Amino acid sequence: MKIGVVGLGKMGLSHLSMINSHPDVEVAGIVDSAGYLLDVLGKYTGLHKFSDYETMLNSVELDAVMIATPSRMHEPMVRAALERDLHVFCEKPLCLTSAESVALGELAEERNLVTQVGYHNKFVGAFQEVRNLLDAGAIGQVTHVLAEAYGPVVLRSKGSTWRSRKSEGGGCLYDYAAHPIDLLTWYLGAPTGVGGSQLRRVFSDHTEDEVVSTMYFDEGVSGQISVNWSDESCRKMTTKVTIWGTDGRIQADRQECQAYLRDTVEPPPGYRHGWNTKYTTELTEPTWFYLRGEEYSAQLDYFVQRARAGKVDGVNTFQSAAVTDRALELISQDAARGPSSSMLRSAPQAQVTTTGRGKRHIFRKQS
Amino acid sequence: MTAQIALQPAPTTRRMPRLLFGDNQFFGVNHMSEEKARQQAMRFQDVQSIVDVLDGAYSEGISTFMCTTHDRIGEICTHVRAHPERYQDFAFYPCMPYAHKYADAVTEEGMLGAIRRFLPEEGVFNAAFRGGRALATKDVEGIITLLVDAEMAAFRGVSTPVIWLQNVIVDLLLGLDFKDAFLIFDEHVRTRYGAEPGYITMNLPRALDVFEDIGLVNPIVCSNINKIGFRMSGGIEKYQAALRDRQFRAVAMSVFASGAIPPREALEWVCAQPQIESIVFGASSRANIAHTARLVAQFS
Repeated sequence: MKIGVVGLGKMGLSHLSMINSHPDVEVAGIVDSAGYLLDVLGKYTGLHKFSDYETMLNSVELDAVMIATPSRMHEPMVRAALERDLHVFCEKPLCLTSAESVALGELAEERNLVTQVGYHNKFVGAFQEVRNLLDAGAIGQVTHVLAEAYGPVVLRSKGSTWRSRKSEGGGCLYDYAAHPIDLLTWYLGAPTGVGGSQLRRVFSDHTEDEVVSTMYFDEGVSGQISVNWSDESCRKMTTKVTIWGTDGRIQADRQECQAYLRDTVEPPPGYRHGWNTKYTTELTEPTWFYLRGEEYSAQLDYFVQRARAGKVDGVNTFQSAAVTDRALELISQDAARGPSSSMLRSAPQAQVTTTGRGKRHIFRKQS
Repeated sequence: MTAQIALQPAPTTRRMPRLLFGDNQFFGVNHMSEEKARQQAMRFQDVQSIVDVLDGAYSEGISTFMCTTHDRIGEICTHVRAHPERYQDFAFYPCMPYAHKYADAVTEEGMLGAIRRFLPEEGVFNAAFRGGRALATKDVEGIITLLVDAEMAAFRGVSTPVIWLQNVIVDLLLGLDFKDAFLIFDEHVRTRYGAEPGYITMNLPRALDVFEDIGLVNPIVCSNINKIGFRMSGGIEKYQAALRDRQFRAVAMSVFASGAIPPREALEWVCAQPQIESIVFGASSRANIAHTARLVAQFS
């Protein structure tokens, strides 16, 4: 299978390394608009380099592309690939509006193309185990989910890449919170609404560093999002979900899945009533190549195998990413509306610090 | 700063000690549990608490500390430098780079910005000039050697007989087929530091193929080697075949598979594998260190 890799930033470079070592894949071209790394790789690895995406599409024969450019560029690049009947793996988030994501999903479906978005947590053994437990009804009816992610990305007010610019798809919501939100939609489906959202700047000048929101799902189930990428106490990104149900509770992170199962239901095979812990060592399938976690390798292999088999359905398709993009959009809109009006006292009431520099107070009238 | 590093004697191929002491437990790395990792990070907040455990290991005859180039390692080096008689036989095996600091810097400043941030800049005209020039001319050799020098700055004046390239970099380069980088690292570590280069990888069979291809003779290679095949990419059988048939100096890590295998069973299996020169392990108590040392002595 011939693949073109587009965008050689942090994600693109690691994707390139993994896919280049895949036994069923030939990397037929690499593209980056900044010449530096491209020149170095061209010189030392012999990979066929292009400084322009269209040129690569026009000049080499491809079966698929992997796109890891700044998020704003995803839509036109993915569209161009689909229009040439190429399968597409795209980094998350798919698009900055859900309408674009839906349209791309429809285009891919019309053309019977395989699509996938890089929500790698769905390939983490512990998070997959959560899904298995929910499918088995192990904790009965789910009532509430808490999805969290913390990490030390922005620890001072500086930043010069696209990731610090909202207009490019940067910021904690699209870059970081997208992961736990995608897990929520995987476990609970599309949200019916959101509320209480706040996108707060801690250090960044142009984007939020902290995301909190409540998401509402069918049957009165709620999910809460708490995400902060300015948390130095974490060594690296830490994503965690906790799920309460009528018959127990599940909590999981990348390393382990713990479940408390009440004796009101029969436990699934391999589980008992009370606390259970499954570790990554038993939940993780080996991969052909390991760079930074089995899940990154596994998602690429999954894409390759689906593309080779022409298997359009699967995990992390554009359709599922569009649901997550819609949730991200709803949170942005909800946060822009400001604090809700259900306050005990009349205005002035809410004080929201929106920047690390001068404090800006927003006074809202009770509606 | 880098210019002040004294050149050391020509490299020797001394045998490495049977047991190397690792540092994951000190810096909140635990592949089994994030909660446990956090508890360990709290316990080892103060350098003295790390030094106490290292002293315990030293007293058990384990005198080699295989450690990442984490910021806090500098404090340990300072302690060791301050007590030369006490740590006469103590050696560091630095593993570079500490990847998370680069990854976060890339998010903040982009690829080039991150490299610039970590190049030596402490007023040494030579290094700053070399750095700027290396970046401008895409001189990969210059960039790699400068980054190595920056990482080694903390280890001035302490013994570093083996210098490791971390698995995330080794494996990134392996995947990219960026073979020249290994040769540059190898040469620089030998000539500038008089040390043996070592390579950590999660893809041992593939790494050995590439090293053979570029002519690295009898390389020191550290990888996960454990009874349950945890994170042994390519499969446990290929690893066992490599240990049997390939010429390299094997160092086994993750021998307990993050605690999934009981110590006795884990060590009995590892010690029965051919060609393993050293085993790297971490522990937080003198009792556990002594227990591991006893078991390895028994099975070796």
